[in-house]
Amino acid sequence: MRPRTTFQHCMPILKWAVVTVISLSGIRAGEISFNRDVRPILSDRCFACHGPDAHERKAKLRLDLPDGADGAYRTHEDSTAIAPGSIDDSEVWYRITSTDADDLMPPPKSQKKALTESEQEIIRRWIEGGAKFDDFWAFVPPSLPEAPEVTEKDWSDQPIDLHVLARLEAEGMKPSEDADKRTLIRRVTFDLTGLPPSLEEVQAFLADKSPKAYEALVDRLLSRKQYGEHMARYWLDLVRFADTNGMHKDFYRNFISYRDWVIRAFNDNLSYDEFVRYQLAGDLYPDATNDQLVASGFNRLHLIIDRGTALPEESFYKNVVDRVTAVGTAFMGMTVHCATCHDHKYDPLTQKDFYSLFAFFNNLDAEPETESNPKNGLQPPFISMPTPQQREELSALETRLDELGRAAEMMKEGGEIAASEPDLKAKLEDLANEFVAKQKAYKKERDQIDSQVAHAMVMKEREDIRAANIMIRGQYDAPGDLVERNTPGFLPAMKKAGETASRMDLANWFVASENPLTARVAVNRFWQQFFGVGLVKTSEDLGAQGEVPSHPELLDYLAVSFMESGWDIQALLKQIVMSRTYRQSSIGTPEQFARDPENRLLARGSRFRMDAEMVRDQILATSGLLSNTMYGKSVKPPQPDGLWKAVTMIGEHFEPDTGESIYRRSVYTYWKRAMPPPQMTILNAPVRDACVARRERTNTPSQALLLLNESEYLKAARTLAQKILDPSNADVAHRMDYAYETVTSKLPDDKERAIFQKLLDDLLESYVRMPDLADQICSGLELDGPHKKAELAAWTVIVNTLYNLDITKTRE
Amino acid sequence: MTDPLSNISNLQSRRSFLLNTGMGLGASALASLISSRGLAAQPNVQAKAKRVIFLFMAGAPSQVDLFDYKPDLQKLFKTELPKSVSNGQRVTAMTRGKEQLIAPTMFNFSQQGKSGVWMSELLPHLSASADDLCLVHSFITKSINHDPGKTSFCTGTEIPGKPSMGSWLSYGLGSLNKELPDFVVMPSAFWSGKVNVQALYARLWGSGFLPSKHQGASFQTTGDPVLFLSNPKGIDRNVRRRMLDSLAEVNAKHYLEIGDPEIQTTIAQQEMAFRMQASVPELTDISMEPKEVLDMYGPEVSKPGSYARNCLLARRMAERNVRFVQLFHRGWDHHTRLPENLRGQCQDVDQPTAALLKDLKMRGLLDDTLVVFAGEFGRTVYGQGNITRDNYGRDHHPRCFSGWLAGGGIKGGIHYGKTDDFSYNVVEDPVNVRDLHATMLHLLGVDHRKLTFPYQGLDQKLTGVEDARVVKEIIA
Repeated sequence: MRPRTTFQHCMPILKWAVVTVISLSGIRAGEISFNRDVRPILSDRCFACHGPDAHERKAKLRLDLPDGADGAYRTHEDSTAIAPGSIDDSEVWYRITSTDADDLMPPPKSQKKALTESEQEIIRRWIEGGAKFDDFWAFVPPSLPEAPEVTEKDWSDQPIDLHVLARLEAEGMKPSEDADKRTLIRRVTFDLTGLPPSLEEVQAFLADKSPKAYEALVDRLLSRKQYGEHMARYWLDLVRFADTNGMHKDFYRNFISYRDWVIRAFNDNLSYDEFVRYQLAGDLYPDATNDQLVASGFNRLHLIIDRGTALPEESFYKNVVDRVTAVGTAFMGMTVHCATCHDHKYDPLTQKDFYSLFAFFNNLDAEPETESNPKNGLQPPFISMPTPQQREELSALETRLDELGRAAEMMKEGGEIAASEPDLKAKLEDLANEFVAKQKAYKKERDQIDSQVAHAMVMKEREDIRAANIMIRGQYDAPGDLVERNTPGFLPAMKKAGETASRMDLANWFVASENPLTARVAVNRFWQQFFGVGLVKTSEDLGAQGEVPSHPELLDYLAVSFMESGWDIQALLKQIVMSRTYRQSSIGTPEQFARDPENRLLARGSRFRMDAEMVRDQILATSGLLSNTMYGKSVKPPQPDGLWKAVTMIGEHFEPDTGESIYRRSVYTYWKRAMPPPQMTILNAPVRDACVARRERTNTPSQALLLLNESEYLKAARTLAQKILDPSNADVAHRMDYAYETVTSKLPDDKERAIFQKLLDDLLESYVRMPDLADQICSGLELDGPHKKAELAAWTVIVNTLYNLDITKTRE
Repeated sequence: MTDPLSNISNLQSRRSFLLNTGMGLGASALASLISSRGLAAQPNVQAKAKRVIFLFMAGAPSQVDLFDYKPDLQKLFKTELPKSVSNGQRVTAMTRGKEQLIAPTMFNFSQQGKSGVWMSELLPHLSASADDLCLVHSFITKSINHDPGKTSFCTGTEIPGKPSMGSWLSYGLGSLNKELPDFVVMPSAFWSGKVNVQALYARLWGSGFLPSKHQGASFQTTGDPVLFLSNPKGIDRNVRRRMLDSLAEVNAKHYLEIGDPEIQTTIAQQEMAFRMQASVPELTDISMEPKEVLDMYGPEVSKPGSYARNCLLARRMAERNVRFVQLFHRGWDHHTRLPENLRGQCQDVDQPTAALLKDLKMRGLLDDTLVVFAGEFGRTVYGQGNITRDNYGRDHHPRCFSGWLAGGGIKGGIHYGKTDDFSYNVVEDPVNVRDLHATMLHLLGVDHRKLTFPYQGLDQKLTGVEDARVVKEIIA
């Protein structure tokens, strides 16, 4: 990690923290790696003026390349920027070490920090060692590294472990013990399904002494439906999935089929290359299946404005940029939108490259703005996917409607012909009216069925390919040179199937084995899910300004083996969770936590707070309230009053759902971009108006308030308390143990038992003394007498306490 | 390392316990804490203000009718705006291709205070504070529609996903108080302008890529002012206290066993939550405010959620050192029936805003509290709809708009920046939105170029990638 935190100069303690962290990826004696050690310095301090952006380039010098007229080795007006082997002949060395403010680089007025002594030292050793440039690591296709040599050969022979261990041994460290079985089943169940293990599952795992017990558990978890729901959640952050448009009137829109597809795709273990291809270009398959079409809705997930306020040309431009940005973040791990206005300052992505990508995505056959409140939340183009029964019913209704229409016409015409016979005329008119009324009723029925039919907003090309231009300084109304559909010049070339490149060609290019980014970006994100931090911490940016990987060979190993496995996601995940690295205990000494707070070296299991959805879902699961219903419409669990009203411009009022819906998993919670559910955002869920590859994790008083006071969470606590007190519940041998184990998957020790028992006694005493208070907790329940109420109230607070333990909300 | 259990054994000394646990905060938490504390201790520019109250008029009030005095326009009623003035500028989808007929304001302007600044008759109370106001007439924005306009005003860019002003301040300056959020947002629950009420978005006070503890706490009008503040029914403060004691004891035991300092942060935040349960209700309880103070804010102050009540709360927050308070008052988007709707809106804000300034001043708080009043853009000098002398509407206008600043190191009683004769283009001293941000930061002692956060490969700034200018001319 590079010390890029602002204001670090202010506090010595932070310097200490930074120094400690530096040692994680610091220089190993004797070797300077251009990519690991030198490039980050050059990128951060020099590239803005001496990098890939030709427009901003100063003094005809670029330091991202060695050769060429502007390259780092060039001599210009008698001065050589970098002379391999000699710092004395290298102008760069003079500039970065100069004491003359006029000569110093980076110039003080640039607001970039001067190089520190240790950074200067790196540059010195690099120049003296020959100033060798390497291609940027992430843009070179990964190759299978050799398994590293380790001393502790007995620890594991799994490739992941060998890479991790080699690094630890180089740092003079050792891996931790294996985690105990209770911790392990809790960890892996959360990591693979987002839910805690049940008491029975814990017991069964403890009882299973077979050496294959853990592997069998992993296989079971991977085959669960909840696996797909959990995996989908991360994907939905990345593609900014939401239930509303996110602009102006923030109308509802219907993307539920897309979410359902993502869940199914993970459960069916759709290979990642297909997963990518479907989303980028599902609509372009010959005879595309519904799944492929639904997946192509990925290209429609951007924010969109409703008609009548913005300028359509501007909206059009913004939509396409948003689409391309998503592709950049999700599949390339690059901040491509930096190149909307100018060549990228840090990565070799030119403005032309950006608009050549733009040219693949500017051809959606739809208006750039939506109508107000579209029916069923569907904005064209969309597809209908009725079930066979719905299809039959709809077609029968259409036939009836046609017949009725014709019949009504005939009666009307007949009435006109029969003008001279008033009786007949009246009769015919009556009949016509009757038919019209029937028609209305059938139409209503048809609409009713139609609203139940699954639909999906999809991608669709226009007949003619729309021309694309470079937009000068990123302005929607300033077209510059025409560009053709193409992939960035610094990456391997794309193969075209036809005359003009198609999105399918682009999709195939992304998943071609020579593409250096796609697999790395994907495995890094999956890794992050299991260790809290990716091998490249900046999982949204693997470019020059991103972090260098903590374990570069491991990342490449995973990327290559992932591709070789046929992009088999479950195989990758299984390999990760089967590793001994993953199975380590997360317990450490304060010194170990201080030395490596984010566990980048993996000398222990990772310990980090669960995401908002997992926090909520586990409360629902352990209390027994969780609904297992999958798929379909988003649901609205209760939230504090007035939140929507405070922001809406169309008079929306949040109406919570009732019944089972409010206990469905959080992945199904309705997501209004203008005001997402606070139970989620307070715990760091993103707003979903931009693609997010990793959530941050904070620990705040508002989170404490949420977990202590949210009324639904207290209701869940009461539900579990009822179970604890239920005399017919044979599982409850010892109430406190049952409560503790249900919530934490662990048994309390004597000390914990004593603390909770004392708390229970005190609470009981309080609630007996204050029956009104107990009544409030027990409201709506039929209970025998005040003591029963006090008991339930006290146990409710006990469970509330358990739900607020740090170990409950933390994945250990 | 202190043994937390030894402290817990004496639960009376909770404060010392917390101080000690604070010493053991996780390095990640520590790093984020330190960055703010560090700067608060050592601002990189001399600070003139400690806190900001931002009165955001969502929907865009008309500068033509409120602040930018152009008497000569009266003669040009219903004449075409010269093409040389509009110069092919893009307009909204609503007035594209339509005639641009000048609609002079129907409201009178007069000179106010010792300084003699020009004020509209719609703002009589605020006119009494004219000598405190720095009226800026040369604001410019790139956005022509509300959504991007508000987003760029509040976060520095039209692209959603960036941190808001208040989040940047909370991140850069840290807390001045221990028991309240650094950044509070109060949207009015009602307003008078009945046409075209624009939406608000949580992103306007979101923390973007900054740690979410810096996001604005939006105070609610109904229920808890801070979400989930109250204990649920059946749990009173004593029960909560008793429960927290055991909770802390078990958490601290786990810390000793597991070693992760994050557990100590959890304990500290649970205690902070408990303190907020007392401090927030105390903050929002106005029953002890003297009658003369309440009267000063006008009759609406009695209604929770009114702009007047929020102004009073803003003062109470300033007293308690909340770093950044942002009010949102909606209802300014007057495409039609502007005079009627604008009158109503001014009635909503005029007296309470003036009272806020006076109240702060009486308490000596105006000196180090910066108050800013602005909307996301201005309105066109040409009318919308069938215009008459006393009924017209106006479209969005990004090329110039007016707002004002007061207190916190600002020069009072001045006009800054000039527009052309049509209140259409800025002709002198343009102030971009990023310049306003840079100036606010400067007053708070922060160099906008140095307030950065690394994200997506850039040192991100509130003021963005283009150069921003501190408007030194308006600083006292």
